[in-house]
Amino acid sequence: MKLWSFHGGIALPGHKQESTGNPLRTAPLPRHLILPLSQHLGVPAEPLVSVGDKVLKGEMIARPGGFVSAPLHASSSGTVIAIEERPVPHPSGLSAPCIIIETDGEERWTTLQQQSDYRQLEPATIREQIRQAGIVGLGGAGFPSYIKLNPGKTVRTLILNGAECEPYITCDDILMRERAEEVLQGLLIIRHAVQALHCIVAIEENKPEAFHSMQHALQHFSEGANAIEIVSIPARYPAGGEKQLIKVLTGQEVPSGGLPIQLGVVCHNVATAAAVFRAVRYGEPLLSRIVTVTGSAIAEPCNLEALTGTPVMELLATCGTDFNVLEEVIMGGPMMGIVLADHEVPLVKTGNCLLTVRRGEMEQHPTVMPCIRCGKCADACPVSLLPQQLYWHARAKEFDKIQEQNLFDCIECGCCAYVCPSNIPLVQYYRFAKSEIREQQEQKRKADLARRRHEQREQRLAREKAERAARHARKKPGITDEKKKAAIQAALERAKASKSKQGAPTDDV
Amino acid sequence: MFKKALSSPHIHCPDFSTRGLMFQVILALLPAAAAYAWLFGWGVVINMLLAIFVALGSEAVMLSLRGRPLQPSIGDGSAILTAMLLAFALPPLAPWWLTTIGVAFAIVVAKQLYGGLGFNPFNPAMIGYVVLLVSFPRELTLWSLPASLSTQTLDLSATLSYVFSGTLPPGLTIDALTSATPLDVMKTQLRLGHATGEIMAAHPVFGLVGGKGWIWVNLLLLAGGVWLIYRRVISWHIPAALLGSLFTVSLLFYALDPQHAPSPLFHLFSGAAILGAFFIATDPVTAATSNIGRIWYGAGIGLLIFVIRSWGGFPDGVAFSVLLMNMAAPTIDHYTRPRVFGHGGKDG
Repeated sequence: MKLWSFHGGIALPGHKQESTGNPLRTAPLPRHLILPLSQHLGVPAEPLVSVGDKVLKGEMIARPGGFVSAPLHASSSGTVIAIEERPVPHPSGLSAPCIIIETDGEERWTTLQQQSDYRQLEPATIREQIRQAGIVGLGGAGFPSYIKLNPGKTVRTLILNGAECEPYITCDDILMRERAEEVLQGLLIIRHAVQALHCIVAIEENKPEAFHSMQHALQHFSEGANAIEIVSIPARYPAGGEKQLIKVLTGQEVPSGGLPIQLGVVCHNVATAAAVFRAVRYGEPLLSRIVTVTGSAIAEPCNLEALTGTPVMELLATCGTDFNVLEEVIMGGPMMGIVLADHEVPLVKTGNCLLTVRRGEMEQHPTVMPCIRCGKCADACPVSLLPQQLYWHARAKEFDKIQEQNLFDCIECGCCAYVCPSNIPLVQYYRFAKSEIREQQEQKRKADLARRRHEQREQRLAREKAERAARHARKKPGITDEKKKAAIQAALERAKASKSKQGAPTDDV
Repeated sequence: MFKKALSSPHIHCPDFSTRGLMFQVILALLPAAAAYAWLFGWGVVINMLLAIFVALGSEAVMLSLRGRPLQPSIGDGSAILTAMLLAFALPPLAPWWLTTIGVAFAIVVAKQLYGGLGFNPFNPAMIGYVVLLVSFPRELTLWSLPASLSTQTLDLSATLSYVFSGTLPPGLTIDALTSATPLDVMKTQLRLGHATGEIMAAHPVFGLVGGKGWIWVNLLLLAGGVWLIYRRVISWHIPAALLGSLFTVSLLFYALDPQHAPSPLFHLFSGAAILGAFFIATDPVTAATSNIGRIWYGAGIGLLIFVIRSWGGFPDGVAFSVLLMNMAAPTIDHYTRPRVFGHGGKDG
């Protein structure tokens, strides 16, 4: 298959073999599960349970809060002991509402609806099952998957993303090695749901075992195998970025601000496909995921299959973390992950990796030098931006100029900051500029709204005043002083007349 | 290497640092500097050391006046590089005050007053050189003869004494030690109506393609420049465009009238074309920043060098060409922004 390339990108040391040396393990059942209501992009879920409720494993405990939202299920059986704010894995380090379940250790399942042949199901039914199963993109973004399964357009190519281009992360690698068949079954279900003509599974070339395992599984497929192609792509970060991957596989660029479906492409992560398979075949909602626990503070780096809601601390302990030397834990990879402010945060649906950094392994006060416009950032940028110019404008808070330089096409992959010889935290500047611009736009929107309201109110008041005046004028047409006097005179005369006729009945009274 | 950061990325490429880039450029200059000193005498060494001393001193004074910490700025290598480039452009027997004024102006005015490294719109070394060129034109034309041509040479103490006090050993005059540069000779002789072949045969400063001795310095500068490209310290765009445009336009005139236009190779290997292409025009702070922009920027410098050499008032035009294109760099940047992913184009 012909492959294309994207501009820029960087070759990174993989650090994959540390965690692929050990087989996939199952993390022990934690005593408490902390389940944030927002583990996806979009509106948070709304709780369906209250404190004290007994819940079964797989039972829905929070329903979607809107269209772009996902439900939440109890990862194990037990009792809801609290619904409160807890620290969650988020760059802000802030807390967010969570449902806390005390597990009973029995792992009692709710009733699940199994389906042996997905082809019996309508695509709409499959989508609804996937929505009900709370499946979100497991590659990291956490976009509710069912939305991407309703393209409303012919899907020429369905891409399964197994690139896993960030260093250290191997959860998709291990998944493809150990559960290739589930991934491919999931792919066929998604293919059925979106009625895709052609399917590609893309795997970076640094994962030959996963590639062969997938090839092997495909050979034993009786149906649908001819529509699936498993492709090895060059290992160049960020080849696993959705738009970059589509470019590599199809040569086409997703338009700025657009979606892959505009090119007739739908892209899902391999782990999402496996979750789709389990949801449709066995009726299992998304309760667990594979997470890579690695880095230099870990005695036995490995991949764990862990329930969502398991505290990160327990996962680290399971893998033999030396807490005495532990400096930091990054959730996600070193290029795009977030530093966990609190190790009590739970594993969430999008948590693909826990990367530990040992004390002394981290430069504490990196020296930042001035930008010399060497352009290494521009050479590395996979979107062909000019990061040095963006930096300049962000520093000067020239937000109109920075948008002219297409700031909002930046995918925050970190390539520019990685190569910067002056060690400038470039992405931080872009995040700052983006949030400032969003804030300004929001302010402007509010101000516009307030102005419109004010104007409408003024108009309404003016209109009402005019109407009142008009009504007033209509009620007493042509009243003049002459007529008033005449009316008063007439009244007086009537009074006199009635006085003179006092005692005698009159005609008119 | 992990680094403490507020947000991702959490790792940083260990291969490049701004300081490392500067010192690699300095390293690439050293063989040519050594050859220059070997061929043209101790004056080169004295110039270089004096320039570096003045540069670091001016940098330190300005940083403290601006209330900035000395480190890491003073150690970033940029002042040393500016000093070396300017020393390359000065005559080997330049008096001490000439070097001092040029370097001090470069660092104090052209660099620090604009805000220091990264904020200067003009190449500091070239500003320093041009200040000297317009203020002290005579001193800048007194170039030492290459050792192979000179009957008289100065030893270290005699050179020191000349540079710092202007006195020469008895019986020696400065005219015996210096001559006009090959570009200078070519220009004046061409104006007098001589043909190029005739000029080159008549004057001993000319070698096979360029000036005698100069050719070795230029070849070593070329080697250093290619090494910098290989090391990815600089990109190929500016040198290739600069030398390419100088070569092309001089070839055009040479083809039309070889008697009155010097050959393209003469242009490339005389004066500061190679130094300018690899070491001066490639100063990223003052150059165009996108790769397409760099090509326009380099080509513009090459063209201007030819124009100034052929019709201008100075024998060489690298410094003016670089400064003129420095001025044009923001405009070039504005019009040569690369097509951003997903914006138009044939794939969009």
